Order: sequence, then C-alpha cells, then structure tokens
Amino acid sequence: MSRNDWEVVIGLEVHAQLNTASKIFSAASTAFGAEPNAQASAVDIALPGVLPVLNGGAVERAIRFGVAIGATVASKSVFARKNYFYPDLPKGYQISQFELPVVQGGAITIRVGDGDKAYEKTVQLTRAHLEEDAGKSLHEDFHGMSGIDLNRAGTPLLEIVSEPDMRSSAEAVAYARALHALVRWIDICDGNMQEGSFRCDANVSVRRPGGPLGTRREIKNLNSFRFLQQAIDFEVQWQIDTIEDGGRIQQATVLFDPDTGETRMMRSKEDAHDYRYFPDPDLLPLVISPEWIARVRSEMPELPGAMKARLVAEYGLSAYDAASLTASKEVAAYYQAMLTAADAKPGSQLPKLCANWTMGELAAQLNRAECDIADSPVAPAQLAGLVQRIADGTISNNIARKVFAALWNGEGGTGADAADRIIAAQGLRQTNDSGAIESIIDEVLAANQKSVDEFRAGKDKAFNALVGQVMKASRGKANPAQVNEMLKRKLEA
Amino acid sequence: MINASLTELRAALDAGKISSVELATLFLDRIERLDPSLNAFITVDRDGALEAARAADARLAAGDAGPLTGIPLAHKDVFCTEGVLTTCGSKMLANFVSPYDAHVVSLLKAAGAVSLGKTNMDEFAMGSSNENSHFGPAKNPWDTTRIPGGSSGGSAAAVAARLVPIATGTDTGGSVRQPAALTGVTGIKPTYGVVSRYGMIAYASSLDQGGAFGASAADCAQLLTAMAGFDPRDSTSLERPAEDYSRELAAPAAGRPLAGLRIGLPKEFFGAGMADDVRAAVEAALDEYRALGATTVDVSLPNAQLAIPAYYVIAPAEASSNLSRFDGVRYGHRAAEYRDLAEMYSKSRAEGFGAEVKRRILVGTYVLSHGYYDAYYLQAQKLRRLIAQDFQAALAGCDIIAGPTSPTTAWAIGEKSDDPVQMYLSDIYTIAVNLAGLPGLSHPCGFGAGELPVGLQLVGDYFSEARLLNAAHRFQQASDWHLRRPAIAA
Amino acid sequence: MSLSTEQVRRIATLARIELSAAEAEATRGKLNGIFGLIEQMQAVDTTGVEPMSHPQDVAQRLRPDVATEPDRRDAFQRIAPQTEAGLYLVPKVIE
Repeated sequence: MSRNDWEVVIGLEVHAQLNTASKIFSAASTAFGAEPNAQASAVDIALPGVLPVLNGGAVERAIRFGVAIGATVASKSVFARKNYFYPDLPKGYQISQFELPVVQGGAITIRVGDGDKAYEKTVQLTRAHLEEDAGKSLHEDFHGMSGIDLNRAGTPLLEIVSEPDMRSSAEAVAYARALHALVRWIDICDGNMQEGSFRCDANVSVRRPGGPLGTRREIKNLNSFRFLQQAIDFEVQWQIDTIEDGGRIQQATVLFDPDTGETRMMRSKEDAHDYRYFPDPDLLPLVISPEWIARVRSEMPELPGAMKARLVAEYGLSAYDAASLTASKEVAAYYQAMLTAADAKPGSQLPKLCANWTMGELAAQLNRAECDIADSPVAPAQLAGLVQRIADGTISNNIARKVFAALWNGEGGTGADAADRIIAAQGLRQTNDSGAIESIIDEVLAANQKSVDEFRAGKDKAFNALVGQVMKASRGKANPAQVNEMLKRKLEA
Repeated sequence: MINASLTELRAALDAGKISSVELATLFLDRIERLDPSLNAFITVDRDGALEAARAADARLAAGDAGPLTGIPLAHKDVFCTEGVLTTCGSKMLANFVSPYDAHVVSLLKAAGAVSLGKTNMDEFAMGSSNENSHFGPAKNPWDTTRIPGGSSGGSAAAVAARLVPIATGTDTGGSVRQPAALTGVTGIKPTYGVVSRYGMIAYASSLDQGGAFGASAADCAQLLTAMAGFDPRDSTSLERPAEDYSRELAAPAAGRPLAGLRIGLPKEFFGAGMADDVRAAVEAALDEYRALGATTVDVSLPNAQLAIPAYYVIAPAEASSNLSRFDGVRYGHRAAEYRDLAEMYSKSRAEGFGAEVKRRILVGTYVLSHGYYDAYYLQAQKLRRLIAQDFQAALAGCDIIAGPTSPTTAWAIGEKSDDPVQMYLSDIYTIAVNLAGLPGLSHPCGFGAGELPVGLQLVGDYFSEARLLNAAHRFQQASDWHLRRPAIAA
Repeated sequence: MSLSTEQVRRIATLARIELSAAEAEATRGKLNGIFGLIEQMQAVDTTGVEPMSHPQDVAQRLRPDVATEPDRRDAFQRIAPQTEAGLYLVPKVIE
C-alpha cells in the first residue's frame, strides 16, 4: 500500500505571544533578552500570597483576533487553572481558559501550492484562548542540574486552536503562514519565531479515506515553518509504517529533532496528565462589552482577505498577484504606499506594473540582500516614480532595471524623484523621435540583408533579431513598440 | 494599660501619658513572660517593634498620628511581612523571610501600628484547634491544657491573654470567629472582598478573608477600618468607598439601643449537637439582646447541614492547587536527599507539609481529578449557591442572624487531633458564612462548664459589618463578658 | 464510596507527595472518613442550580498594560534553595 491509500488529518494549536508591554497577570516587562529572572516579579515567581490581575492589553488583542477571523468574542469567559508540576511553572498551575474561551469559532482562508495547482481552502478555528506562558529550563549543565529562568513566565499567549481541517503538511504550513501573517497584520504578535513568539503544535493522525479518525499524536513546539513541514511529513510516514506493520498508534506527545528529522516521545509527558482544570478563584469572569468589541472593530485595519478581494475587483490583479501582495503586512503596506505615490488609477496599467515590480525586481533584490521589505533601500515612492516612467513611455522595462539598480545603490537621492534624476543624469530617456529611429532602422536593414531575406522567406524569428539589433544600436533607448511598428512597415513595404 | 481599650490607649498616647516605645515594651515583656506557656507567637520581633514604636513616637511628636499610630498589634503568620519570618505555621516555610509585605501589613504599617510579631496558627490555616502548627499548639489562656481554636489560635490567645491589644487573623471556615469564641474575645470576618488577600498566603482563595481580633467590638471596628479597603493587586478586592466601621458606635447608649433590630434565629443552629452549657449562654445572651430592644424571629437555613461537605470539597480543591507552588524550587523547604526532579518534589512536599495539609491536598487533588469533577467540585459549587440563597431568604425576614459560634467550648489538646471528621464538625456554624461570603462576628456571651468562654455569632448581609459591630457593641456596653480576663492574664 | 490504596497512591503521585506504604494505608483510612462526610452532598438534587465560584457577582477588573515592576531578583533569590548565575537550579529537567 502506498501513502495515497491514507488520508492525513492535521489540526494545529498555535501559541502566539501577544506583544503587550507587561505580562498577562503582573506588571513585569515582557521584553526579550533580559538577564535571567530580572523580569520575574513576585507574581511571576509565585511567591506565597501574591495574586494575578488581568492585563487589559492582552484582552484587547484577543478581541482584535476574534474580530479579524469572524469569530464570536465571548461576552463572558472564564480563567481556569491547569495543574501540573514542572520547574518552569512556578505556581504548579498555568492560568488558562478551558470551558469558556474568549474567542469561539472563526475561520481563515488559505492558499495552498503554486501556479496551476494552487487552490484555496477555508480552515475553521475551534477557539482561541488567553493564557500565560511558562518560563524556560536551560539544559546547559550546572553541576548536573538545570537552570530555570522565569522571565518568560507570565508572558501573555493566545492559543489558537484549529479544527482538524488540514489534509497535508503543505496545508498545515499554508495555514500556519496565513495565521502568522494575520497576527502580525493586526499587530497582536511580533511573529518572531526564533524568539518563540509564534510556536506551533501539530496534532497528526492518519486514516483510511472516509474511515473513522485515527489516534493522534501531538508534535510539540515547532518554531519554524520548515520544521513544521518536516515534522509532519516524518510523523505521517511513521504512523503509516507503524499501522502497515501491524502496530497501533498510541496517543502521545512527541518532540521533533531537527538534527535527525525524526519525532520522539517526550519523557516528561510519559505519565498521562490529569490537569485538574477548575475555575481560578483568584480571577473573576472576564466580561467583554459589545461596545468594546464595536470599538475594536471600528479600529481594525483592512484585513488581508478584504484587501486581496479589493485588489482583484478594483485593480484587476490576478488572484495570485493579490494573494502574494497580501501575504504579509509589510509587502501589502509597501504595495499600498506605492499605489498611492504613483497615483495608480483603476483601469490604468500602473496597479499591475506596481505589483510586478514589488513581487519581481524588488523582491528578488531584497532576497539577494537578505533584507526585509520594511528596510528596503528603495522607498515605495521611489519605486513608484520609476514605474510611472515606464507607464508614460519615458523608459523601457529594460532601462528601468538599470534605473532600479541605481536606485538600490542610493543614486538619485532620497526623494520620490530619484528615478527621474537617474534617467536624466545617465541620459536614459527613451527615444520616440521617429526620424532618428527610422535612420537607425535603415542602417540595421542595410547591414543585415541575411536576416531581411530570412524574414521574407517566412522566418518570423528573424524579425526579433532585427528588433534586437535596432535596440542595441539605439543603446536601448528606442521605444520598443515604435521600433516594432516601423520595422514591420518597412519590411512589408 | 494592659487591659485598656484602643480608645483609652489612643488617649494615653496622645496625652503623652505613655510613649509608643513604652507601650510596646510593656507588651513585649508580657509576651516574654507569658508566651512560653501559651505558644501564641511563632516570631516575636522586638527590634522591629521598637523601631516602629520609635517612628510612631516621632509621628506623635509631629502631630501626625492616626487612630492606630503607636498601637501594638500582632499579625497572624499567614500574612507576609517583609524582612520578618513568615512561616504560615509550616515546616515548608520555617525559614521563609518574606521579601514583601501583605497589603494588610502595609496598611497597618502606614497607619503607624506597631507589630510585635507573628502569631501561631494551624499550618496553612487548615485546622480548628491550632494543633496543626509545625511550631506546636497554641494554648487557651483560660486553660492551657485546652486548645484556643483555630486556625487563628495564636492571635486569639494573644488577645485573650493581653499579650497584645489587637491582632489580625484570617477566616476561611471560621478561623477568626471560632477561636475568638473559644478564648473569650471578639473577632470579625468581613464580607469576602473587603480585606485584600494580597500577601495573605492562600488556603482556599474563594473563601479566605482577613479579619480582626480585639477585646471588644469597638476595638475590632478600629482595626478593621484600618485593614479594609480596595486593593488593585487583588482581583477579588471590591471597589467600594472606604468605610469607618466605628461610625455607628459613638451614638450614646439609650435605654433600648437595639430597638427595631430583628434578630433571626436559624432553627438549624439550635438543634442537637450544641452543648448544653453553650446553649444556656447563648439563650441568656439572646435575652439580653431582647432587653436591649431587639426582637427575635425564627428563620431557617435548610441547606446548612450541607455546608461542611461542600466546604470540604471546595476548600481542599482550591488548597491542592494553591499549595502546588511549594515545590522546593524558588523558596521554602527542599529535601536534602533526592535522586531526581520527581523525587525532589515529592520528598520536599512530604517533608515540608504536615499530616492535615497533606490530607487536604489529597482530597482536593482527588475531587478535581478526571471523572470526579462534576460529582464533587461542581456539585459543591451548586450547594454553595443554595446555601448563599438560604441566607438571602433568611435575611429577607431579619436584620442579622444569631446563634452559637461553636457547638462546644474549648476542648482538650489531643482530644480530636486524630479524628479529622470530628474536628471538621466543630466548624458547623461558621462554615456556611464563608461559602456565602457574608460578614460574621463572634463576641463573648458567657461561660460554660469549667469557666470556659462561649461566643455568640452574628451574621449579616453583605457589607453589614458596621451593623454587626454596632449590635455587639451595644451588647458589650450592657454586659461585661468581654471584660473578663483569664487568670494567666492577671 | 471508598478509596483503594492504589487510588491513594495515584493522587499522591499527582500531588507530588511521597507516601510510604504504611502512610498510604493510614491516609486511606482518614481520607475515607472524610469522603464519608462529603458523600452527604450526593443526596441533593441540584439540577438547574448555577454553580457559585465567587461570593460576589462581579466582573474581572483589568490592569492597564504598563510595565512597572522593578528587578528584584537579588531579594527574591536570597531565599531560594539553590541558584547560580541568576538561575534557579533544579535536578536535571528531561523533556
């Protein structure tokens, strides 16, 4: 039997660290990278007698998320204690939400794959709830002991739980990426995966298509999209092999080892946990008024889905282009700024030109330079200035690449007219003078009789060669459309 | 001075008849002399007390004294005190010097009160006799072979023996009222949420409430006024304007000062189980209330008998979780020998906790565990609702509810210590009040067999502390039970 | 209802409290006495009764999102059983 005989079922639990200034239940700072335990307050280290008070900023972010995914923001939700012993969990319980989470339901549309095989899919969310993060156990050797740093303890998390709607690692990664983009888009999480601000747990099972759900294993703490993909792929194959070898899958929590590419059982989770959830008596029910939700809704920026639809409807971009341009907050912001600077009207070629340049030359150059678009040396207004010159025929696409390279190197100054300055300084303006072009064409035709003969003999390729010669002779400045037209007229005369 | 009321002490301090340092020294010397036979204190902080007294004297001299400036007091060792040992009666915290002050402690410090030390208690406030203290039982000043009640036994014994004029306590199921009754002092537990729990080491969070001990209702009112108030660090602290609980006490005593007061007598509190000597004292006290103008009406709390089972689910459940932080990692006892992390936990906790604390942790762990939650915890919370509703129904027909605080007078040390269930049943009249979150007060109302004090419990509606204190005050103006002192205090 | 010794051992493990065999047996007796008391609850029909978690029907108060806590690590770690380089030390944690 092959892998095709199995259906993969994946649900994701994502822990997004909320980008508040202070912790969820204490006034300690959440800044990353402090000295060990320097940001662990009396509440965070759970001194006897201390009590939690809920951070309104964490609640605000949960509401923002709920509104963004079209979920129900619960008018009343309850904090519960999840009881277990672990050295990085100072109280011996984690304050979380259990029976009544703050966000219920909602959905996210994802785009999976590239090109013709790309498809859209809607992933339903079960819930999202507020909880506190644990500290960190440092496994470096301290005389055979572990060190505990509680700076992270109490950092607010939004745990976002999907339905088991994904059917491949590609779908899981697409969902995780879409979620990652969204939490950054609505500015509730910095999304820094290296620092653990966005962590994925994947619940994976396999079944015969149409059959009952298989037993799932949970892969914990995947902190990159690549590991998410690798871990799921390994886990799926392992489960299939195990079942096909006559084994059974036992429910378990596993860790992914990036070095070996394998998953393994967590030893600390071997004894099945009985978390003894109960409502935290130190906290009262969280009540969220309709007015609060309405206020958050009114302040919500345009969301990626809406922007994507607008780009398609208003500017006639392809679904693919629109999806790419809205894949991250920064790209979308860049593109939007470029549209504004270029005064790109619907129906003109500018929106598409802006899109092409954002996703093409700019993206490639940023990629080579390992630079984030937010830090791009070419500002949106500068790239808009360049694209406008393409649109108005001042320069050709080819020349525009030269100008872009100059922009990237900081030539032309920092203003929106940098492209114009470069074009002027380097004499790159396209020639539309038909007399000048005609004399070049005549010279080229005279020097390339062979190509002329071939064209007349029916070889279309020869035409392109002649165009190339003309462009070369004009040092790229001849208007290619004009060259085409005039050349054709002359040859067919 | 030893037997003076707070008002008298205030007057003496203000008039310069005695300095705060002299007053503190007077009581500290008494503690030194009498506490060896009472064991009411776990920590006596002479140096800290004298320093605070000097500061109080400076405030007095500067004309900056408040009602409690220079007044000696003691804190139950459940309250965290910065720089002072805070043990909660446990081996687990036998070396725990708190790095911060509880809200109540800060308030009283700011008021200029002078803390003489930390009083003995049942470990983690779990007990009704003070026998569960790692530091040995506190003794009842009326008979040192007997228990002073618990869990705030040390505070009650200290006030009863006049080792200190007033003391703080906490009450989760009767831990202020019951020891007040058994030692012949006045004690009040306010409405849940009136006194901040910040820095009060948690036993059962939804039931714990700080309270006050004094010789009289008037003294309790003054202490409570200083302890109470909104604290943003406690999510369950209620945002209400500050109250002066003494405000109703100043009115001059009329012939029938309690005319119009309707006292409800729940039939469930007067049934079998109450000792005859307690019944006689309680009935006599009620006669006195009637003489003061109050009327009595029969009321019913039909679910009262369910308070103990519901309490012994809810309190251990919350405790099992609250006490998980004692794991030997960041503070507190850590076992000397262990093979690995799991053993470090289980040995540290086995060694650090006493038998009753372990029992309650185990009960709580069980009732919250998978498959039992609905049958125990949820059912107990539903009963809690029924019990709270009973009180509301009863209070619709009366202003306050009265009855015995404890079914018996103080029992002999060791008598019930091996029988948790018998011990639990001694809180039969007080526990329901915590489940409902209502204010309750106990004041001395006579003596039973063997010259042991009997307490009368008054329970009122939410935020009726001032009314309870006023009723007790009028009773105390007309009687002298609260002025009787045990021989040891002479 | 009556707890078995096995159940007592299981909850002791969950609660991280070491119990010797003799202690487990003695504890079992005491716990069963307590559960005898608790079981009275089960006779009451509480259908439709809203569970009561808090004495007061109030909503959670929210704290403004400002970081105001100073670094008090030294004071906090002075009372710790074992620390090094600002870390709390525990026997090796195995994930």
